[in-house]
Amino acid sequence: MKSLLQLSGLEPLIVTAESNFVNIGERTNVTGSRAFLRMIKEGDFEAALAVARDQVEGGAQIIDINMDEGMIDGKEAMVKFLNLIASEPEIARVPIMIDSSKWEIIEAGLKCIQGKGVVNSISLKEGTDNFIAQAKKIKRYGAAVIVMAFDENGQADSFERRKEICERSYTILRNEVQFPANDIIFDPNIFPVATGMAEHNNNALDFFNATKWIRQNLPGAHVSGGVSNVSFSFRGNDKVREAMHAAFLYHAIQHGMDMGIVNPTMLEIYSNVDKELLEFVEDVLLNRREDATERLLEYAETVKGDGKKREIDLSWREVAVQDRLAHALVKGIVDFIDEDVEECRQLFDRPIEVIEGPLMDGMNIVGDLFGSGKMFLPQVVKSARVMKKAVAYLLPFIEDEKNGVRQAAGKIIMATVKGDVHDIGKNIVGVVLGCNNYDVIDLGVMVPFDKIIQAAIDENADAIGLSGLITPSLDEMVTVAKEMERANLSIPLLIGGATTSKVHTAVKIDQHYTKGQTIHVLDASRAVTVVESMLGSKKEAYVSTLKEEYIRVREHHEKHRGAKQLLSMSAARANKLNIAFQQKDCFQPKKLGLTTFEDFSLQELISFIDWTPFFQTWELHGKFPAILSDEVVGEAATKLYQDAQEMLTQIIEEKWLKASAVVGLFPANSVGDDIAIYSDEERTHPIHIQHSLRQQTKKTAGQPNIALADFIAPKETGISDYIGGFVVTTGLGIDAHIERFEKDHDDYNSILLKALADRLAEAFAECLHAVVRKDYWGYAANEHLNAEEIIKEKYRGIRPAPGYPACPDHTEKIGLFKLLNATEITGVSLTESLAMLPTAAVSGWYFGHPEASYFGLGKITEEQVEDLANRKKMPFEQMQRWLGSVLN
Amino acid sequence: MEAIQDILKHRILILDGAMGTMIQRHKLEEQDFRKGWFENHEKSLKGNNDLLSLTRPEIIKEIHAQYFEAGADIAETNTFSGTWIAQADYGLEKYVYDINFQSAKIAREVADEFTQLNPSKPRFVAGSIGPTNRTASISPDVNDPGFRGITFDELVNAYSEQVNALMDGGVDLLLVETIFDTLNAKAALFAIDEVFEQRGNRLPIMVSGTITDQSGRTLTGQTTEAFLISIAHIPLLTVGLNCALGASMMRPYLQILKQKSPFGVSAHPNAGLPNEFGKYDESPEMMAEQIKSFLDEGLVNIIGGCCGTTPEHIKAIADLAAQYQPTLLPSNS
Repeated sequence: MKSLLQLSGLEPLIVTAESNFVNIGERTNVTGSRAFLRMIKEGDFEAALAVARDQVEGGAQIIDINMDEGMIDGKEAMVKFLNLIASEPEIARVPIMIDSSKWEIIEAGLKCIQGKGVVNSISLKEGTDNFIAQAKKIKRYGAAVIVMAFDENGQADSFERRKEICERSYTILRNEVQFPANDIIFDPNIFPVATGMAEHNNNALDFFNATKWIRQNLPGAHVSGGVSNVSFSFRGNDKVREAMHAAFLYHAIQHGMDMGIVNPTMLEIYSNVDKELLEFVEDVLLNRREDATERLLEYAETVKGDGKKREIDLSWREVAVQDRLAHALVKGIVDFIDEDVEECRQLFDRPIEVIEGPLMDGMNIVGDLFGSGKMFLPQVVKSARVMKKAVAYLLPFIEDEKNGVRQAAGKIIMATVKGDVHDIGKNIVGVVLGCNNYDVIDLGVMVPFDKIIQAAIDENADAIGLSGLITPSLDEMVTVAKEMERANLSIPLLIGGATTSKVHTAVKIDQHYTKGQTIHVLDASRAVTVVESMLGSKKEAYVSTLKEEYIRVREHHEKHRGAKQLLSMSAARANKLNIAFQQKDCFQPKKLGLTTFEDFSLQELISFIDWTPFFQTWELHGKFPAILSDEVVGEAATKLYQDAQEMLTQIIEEKWLKASAVVGLFPANSVGDDIAIYSDEERTHPIHIQHSLRQQTKKTAGQPNIALADFIAPKETGISDYIGGFVVTTGLGIDAHIERFEKDHDDYNSILLKALADRLAEAFAECLHAVVRKDYWGYAANEHLNAEEIIKEKYRGIRPAPGYPACPDHTEKIGLFKLLNATEITGVSLTESLAMLPTAAVSGWYFGHPEASYFGLGKITEEQVEDLANRKKMPFEQMQRWLGSVLN
Repeated sequence: MEAIQDILKHRILILDGAMGTMIQRHKLEEQDFRKGWFENHEKSLKGNNDLLSLTRPEIIKEIHAQYFEAGADIAETNTFSGTWIAQADYGLEKYVYDINFQSAKIAREVADEFTQLNPSKPRFVAGSIGPTNRTASISPDVNDPGFRGITFDELVNAYSEQVNALMDGGVDLLLVETIFDTLNAKAALFAIDEVFEQRGNRLPIMVSGTITDQSGRTLTGQTTEAFLISIAHIPLLTVGLNCALGASMMRPYLQILKQKSPFGVSAHPNAGLPNEFGKYDESPEMMAEQIKSFLDEGLVNIIGGCCGTTPEHIKAIADLAAQYQPTLLPSNS
């Protein structure tokens, strides 16, 4: 056989002397990609497969798969992922690299791949016997192997040690295992340089020399490595890292490294590296001067400091106008769009051709980059803003021409259903679809079904997309589905929004709309794929898989439901949480009654903002602040965070928003599952009864079935207890600004403002809670927590909100608002579905007892619904409808 | 006796033809599959051809003899389904050793008789190792692509049992054939390598894949070259193709093997494609005509027949092959 490293997936990969560097995909690695880890942890293998597919499509010639993480069963995850890959021809066409430090995971992986893969890695770390046994097995399984320069004495960190260990490994493999020479790949350890420690100065050079030595002295053997390690000291300074990777790779390849793990997004082209920077970097890599590290560090500071200046690098203005448009779209730059579009318009016969040509070409690039995970939602929304502006500029010209009709991929009606006012998610989906050449007709919020259906008919729409956040919206979606059926529509119905789910869609909505297909869309990034599948030629196959899937979901749900045991109300009440109430724990508030907060300082709220959910709104997943330096989404997250900070400053300085709140503290005692609230300490006639719901799930021994009423001292104890209520908003004044942005076709800033207002409202609730604990109620006068500890809720007391897990009954808001005179004081009103308007608002109850804690109600029975309906004097059917989402 | 590796240097060797096609000529009934061994077995056994080595050994012997008579150098044992995995459908997992041992023994006896008659044309026995009826790379459940009906370990276990029994029965070489899932074949090779090591005795191995259609890929999606790379880690006598396609359709893929393989190349195609009644109707002359192009191009070192071929086909092929010299085997095999 010709002396070559030959690998295979469904197709061959042959590494010849002439092959370029073999690029190993690195994103399907839980130790290197937080996003991938999350997918595996959550069992979202579909998304994990998409990562693998993207990599292969992006040019990875081998994919490295690593499942080494303490919290997951690595062996099981490896087997499952490899089995799934086997049925994805687009992924399986390339060879697999099974990457683990655990032999059992490696061996389990080897048993799943039909092609010839690579084991990453083995070494002499645990001695010769172990090394031989593993190598023998690998040979028998038919795989190539990466050998780390590591032995019983540790990792090789000098040229001599690298040489010694690689030579010894090679000799053993060849003489004692008869391992094919071409199937041996050495990883001679890439270590960081410019660490400030003199002993690291030669790290890169040692690697280069070892590589060269291996290639010259160990016939057939190859050299690989993980490149990003070399620039470890410059984390956070991508400019330097990219340059360093480029230079390192250039020299390593010159010395004979022929494969490796390189993050393509963190790699500059060698010849494009700034010459001055390159010199500093190469001084370090090649250890050319004593002061190389200091000089690079110094230079790195200036590159870093230059960050802002480089953003207004205008060199892209020098290229052809079509390319400028593409650049503006990809980078989301609106500054020059009108002049560029005008210039472009002159080049074409008809203005519509500017849209169909250069603009759509640019948006296609954006779509591809987003689809392959190289752009993220905030960036795409910015691109859409550029597109909208360009189209807006052209529109008058097109209308003049009269017959310019743009061919859209399809027409989609979007609406937030009746009773609901939440539209951030819906707007994002609208933007993403718009970017992909769909004509989106957005009917706005609180849209009744007849309007949705009429619009679909009038516009001859290809699909309807419904959105909603609060639980009553789920029922409204069922209504829309039923009415679509009645109206004889057969177009697809897309369901999205935070409380929606595949299960709800399959169990509750799908069956009511038999003439067309209902589909749950998990998040905005899936919207395009779903719509394309539903409107394209593959529709039939897609629908039939979907139907089968929903049948399975329903069956599973049915089985699951049967399995869940719920207690009768008497049994649940008998197992209530029995707090041993003492008067000292039931602190009398320093100020009873209502307190109004008008025009509260927004500046004070900033430190209380919990940023993590803000990034989730934009589908950037990860904890703040770590997300800012995340390998995958860090760049997008940082940019978004900067924009958010800038807007926050404007919001505060220019008083875009006004924060208002009302807090009420009252004497209260529980009576069964209800809480009687009094105006004064006489406690004779309750001014309001708050009704709480009790958990009915059968608990393990010792675990109570909790209701919120359990946190308040029962009347018969004679103890004087108290409760609080609050409504806060930071959404007053938002409409004018949203309108301004929308008029300017600026979805990005419109969504940004809404998301920030929501965060401020939550921050206000948090901040006010602290004020109440320390001053107005005063049971925690000595609380000393910093903002972070407060965000983590390390304080005494809770503030459950109606409509959330502890009290899913939205109708409780009616009484709360009345008790606090909230609409009049704060300007927050309730819609017919009991959503709050403005949306940037939070309402809830305060419980102050040390044992009060958050819980989820879980499922309840009709018995409790009937019981509650009687207590609230509300018709049973109505109560049942409001509690539909928790009713078993 | 001259080693098969050496004979291959100066002759193209002939593998026998279909076992099933010849068994069909005998119009056997349920009773034939039970005789003396499984009289009271609760499941129907008709069609489980491997059992005939136990219940009607004289028929199997006769078939081997007919093929040797026609000019075959190598007989395949009647053990295509001789694993506990394939026999599980019949509830006969316990008889796997007997099936393989007896099949090997029968073929050995007939081969030795023929060798004795004409020592200048020594006859060989290849232990036939089929793919089993399960795939390690594909889920049997379309709704659950991550599921597997068989594991690598189970396959290794089944193949080890088969290989040991075949070697006990006296085979000269092993033929891992009709490979539609390379992972199954890798498990077979893993088992073989392990058994060889345990027994301290290595036999020549032939590996033969199945390209299922004109896409040029195996059932599990590998191209011919990827398939070759995936099984080349064990030293082989030959790598080749069999079944699924007739000779002419197989040609382009044999060219790839010839060009890329470090081993000799074998082929045992079907007698054309099945007609609408499921019968193979390519005549010996038609098949030989197509195989002539293999020989003209020097594509094969071992040639024979799969489904639908008979001693008449093998005779036509053998007569033709006798007129050709083999191309040189790659030097390091």
